[in-house]
Amino acid sequence: MTNSIKEIAGADFILAIGTNTTESHPIIGLQVKKARRNGSTLVVVDPRRTEVAELADLHLQIKSGSDIALLNAMAHVIIEEKLWNKDFVNGRTENFEAFKETVKRYTPEFASEITGVPAETIREVARGYAKANNATILYTMGLTQHICGTHNVFAVANLAMLCGHIGKPNSGVNPLRGQNNVQGACDMGALPAVLTGYQPVTADEVRAKFAKAWQVDELPAKPGLTVGEIMEGAAEGRIKGMYIMGENPVLSDPDADHVIHALSNLDFLVVQDIFLTETAQLADVVLPAASFAEKDGTFTNTERRVQRVRKAINPVGEAKADWEIICAVSSAMGYAMKYASVSNIFDEIASLTPSYAGISYSRLEEGGIQWPCPSAEHTGTPYLHKDKFVRGLGKFNPVEYIPPAEQPDEEYPLVLTTGRRHFHYHTGTMTQRTGALEVYYGTEYLEINPVDASALGIAEDDMVLVKSRRGEVRVKARLTDVVPRGVVFTSFHFPDVAINKLTNAAVDPLAKIPELKVCAVKVEKAS
Amino acid sequence: MSDVRLTINGREVTAPKGSTVLEAATRAGIFIPTLCHDPELTSFGACRMCVVEIKGMRNLPASCVTEVADGMVVETDSPAVVEARKTILELLLANHPADCLTCGRNGDCRLQDYAYMYGVKSEPFGGEKHNYPVEDDNPFIIRDMNKCILCGKCVRACAEIQGKNIIDFAYRGFDAKVATAMDVPLSDSECVFCGNCVAVCPVGALQEKALRSAARTWEVKKVKTTCPYCGTGCSLELNVKDDRVVGVTSCQGDVNGRALCVKGRFGFGFIHHPDRLQKPLVKKNGTFVEASWEEAINLVAEKLQDIKEHHGSDALAVLSSARCTNEENYLMQKFTRVVLGTNNIDHCARL
Repeated sequence: MTNSIKEIAGADFILAIGTNTTESHPIIGLQVKKARRNGSTLVVVDPRRTEVAELADLHLQIKSGSDIALLNAMAHVIIEEKLWNKDFVNGRTENFEAFKETVKRYTPEFASEITGVPAETIREVARGYAKANNATILYTMGLTQHICGTHNVFAVANLAMLCGHIGKPNSGVNPLRGQNNVQGACDMGALPAVLTGYQPVTADEVRAKFAKAWQVDELPAKPGLTVGEIMEGAAEGRIKGMYIMGENPVLSDPDADHVIHALSNLDFLVVQDIFLTETAQLADVVLPAASFAEKDGTFTNTERRVQRVRKAINPVGEAKADWEIICAVSSAMGYAMKYASVSNIFDEIASLTPSYAGISYSRLEEGGIQWPCPSAEHTGTPYLHKDKFVRGLGKFNPVEYIPPAEQPDEEYPLVLTTGRRHFHYHTGTMTQRTGALEVYYGTEYLEINPVDASALGIAEDDMVLVKSRRGEVRVKARLTDVVPRGVVFTSFHFPDVAINKLTNAAVDPLAKIPELKVCAVKVEKAS
Repeated sequence: MSDVRLTINGREVTAPKGSTVLEAATRAGIFIPTLCHDPELTSFGACRMCVVEIKGMRNLPASCVTEVADGMVVETDSPAVVEARKTILELLLANHPADCLTCGRNGDCRLQDYAYMYGVKSEPFGGEKHNYPVEDDNPFIIRDMNKCILCGKCVRACAEIQGKNIIDFAYRGFDAKVATAMDVPLSDSECVFCGNCVAVCPVGALQEKALRSAARTWEVKKVKTTCPYCGTGCSLELNVKDDRVVGVTSCQGDVNGRALCVKGRFGFGFIHHPDRLQKPLVKKNGTFVEASWEEAINLVAEKLQDIKEHHGSDALAVLSSARCTNEENYLMQKFTRVVLGTNNIDHCARL
């Protein structure tokens, strides 16, 4: 996030795109509700009429995957009606002319045909966003899990720069991250092309710095493979061995049968987890890890706040903290890793990572700190891009609308979109075993519009088969106008409704994010 | 904002203009008991526990809704104040089940604290008592309206923190109670079971189902940590008894204040679930058998080394975890780059 969570409540205008905020990020949802109570305008863009959409002044029930058309058309209106922030664009950005040229053809009428949102509504939202003193854009995977995911984010950033709604409190571009430490895992360089703090592996001086600190001669310079490419490599036999820590790609990744095939094709798979997940079952060796309650450490949240995780109990059975296991494997392979405590590991991170340089365990005892925090005196950074962008001038990246990779057709006439439920989390490894959440919400269902259901002869609670070109699942039907005609929805929390058997592994060419939010399916009553 | 000077219990104190007598006293370190007041919620002024004596005022005003004024002379523990508080407690206890012996909030109950503080034992106002059925049909919250003192904190927490307005006062007079629309159980309402009402309840009317049946309030050690679910980063307190996590309670978080969602507050049961892996497993002839750590680690090291030597470093790949700590992700990428010799490391940031 460019801003802090609490700043959402101070925004005059909130544009929430592809975020089911109140269900997937309930506590961030509270800030959205607070903003509404304070009189701010809320516009929600989502194919589903979610709870947050019901709270909105305007709900734009967009056709799945048509975000760029909408965002470009908003920019078109803002430029046409001279509502853009000339000072900001002239002083802090570049490539505006090319952007202007691109959005020229995205008239609200043109965008309306693609998105299904009335042209006048697009105009109204554009004016509201541009005229607001503070405007924030919230988004999650509804925007990014598309083959044009990166371009969708560019389109959002273009809009924020056009109106100067970035680099100040309460105004910015705010992706709400979905996992407790997904921000931290990225910050720590658990990515194929960067070391900690996004320092590129391709930069000689970066590798030299890390090689020296880690006391090795050299580090690999070639960027590695992303998770999708790793699975592809395993399927094709190029990847022979894998070490998976705390992830369950069999349920979380698209085209599950392909993932199972890929992992089964490995010569050796080691999985380190707290449960024998669907992925761990395919392993040659399974290492029992400690849960968050059984270890010390830090997580970094979606607003870049580094916070302590504290050991409350001893690990169950013979489980060990993941960091201890990694140290043991590394040492057994001839590279001794020994740390007296996790705070020593953190100090090593801080010494190699400029944005974490000023953070230490003793400081975190006083409360969380938001990076960048370059020195021990620095109090952290509540919002980014004040006065200057990281690269200097903010660059407009003009982007064009492209349709989703798989469109509904005669054989597969419905769009399947997936997401999360309030009472569950991700692949359900934890929330299916709490003695509470799964008791209350024990059965998954498929949301289908009553008109579509009636045409298919499907009634409430009927067991249905949902089929795509890649797989099928059985699930109960729930008839609801939360989904529009032509769209069905379910979550990926339930192993017995492994919906990612159906989803499309087509990825965004830049970020390699799979298009989990759109695939073509057919639904029929199960016999 | 300019400061106001006033006298509390004979001490000169200053307080910002617009603050309440309760706030001024709290700032000066002077304790005033409250039941319906909460600094994060709108002031209600209903329970009258916080009454004080203010020179020149006819009645005993509630300090939580009385603004400070220059020259004000306040007594927080005068005989009249103490008598009033005792009477209020007697009236509350007159219709409160005397089952502290088995109540899950025993030891963490404001009504109990104040009854002890003011020596209120008996029930001079004995009379009719409520006999509502206890609502425990959901796996999260026990709702016992017999213990409710109608402070209304839960109503305000639901409206002002959670923004749901699931509950409000219903009925009138002796029958007044906090209820959902149409007085249906929470499980039949739109309640999302965030439990933020439970977090503010000063008595035993709302209790965390699992926590309060697992441990007495004084038996638990509370450890502040960060929620393991979504990316919001809420602070919470793990309640530990006998090396087991028995529940979760709110603390003051940088991000969330005391608010939590249903997963953070009630989704901790996985920690001690019997499915937890407790020993390393090695697959032999297609089935997992338990192994020692030494055997498992050596096997992993040997196999990874073997692939590296025969097929090269780039034949290896690692999935690190958005669920693990920064330190663990850091070590995992260090291990991947230094020991395995490849940049083939990623995690599920895209999923």
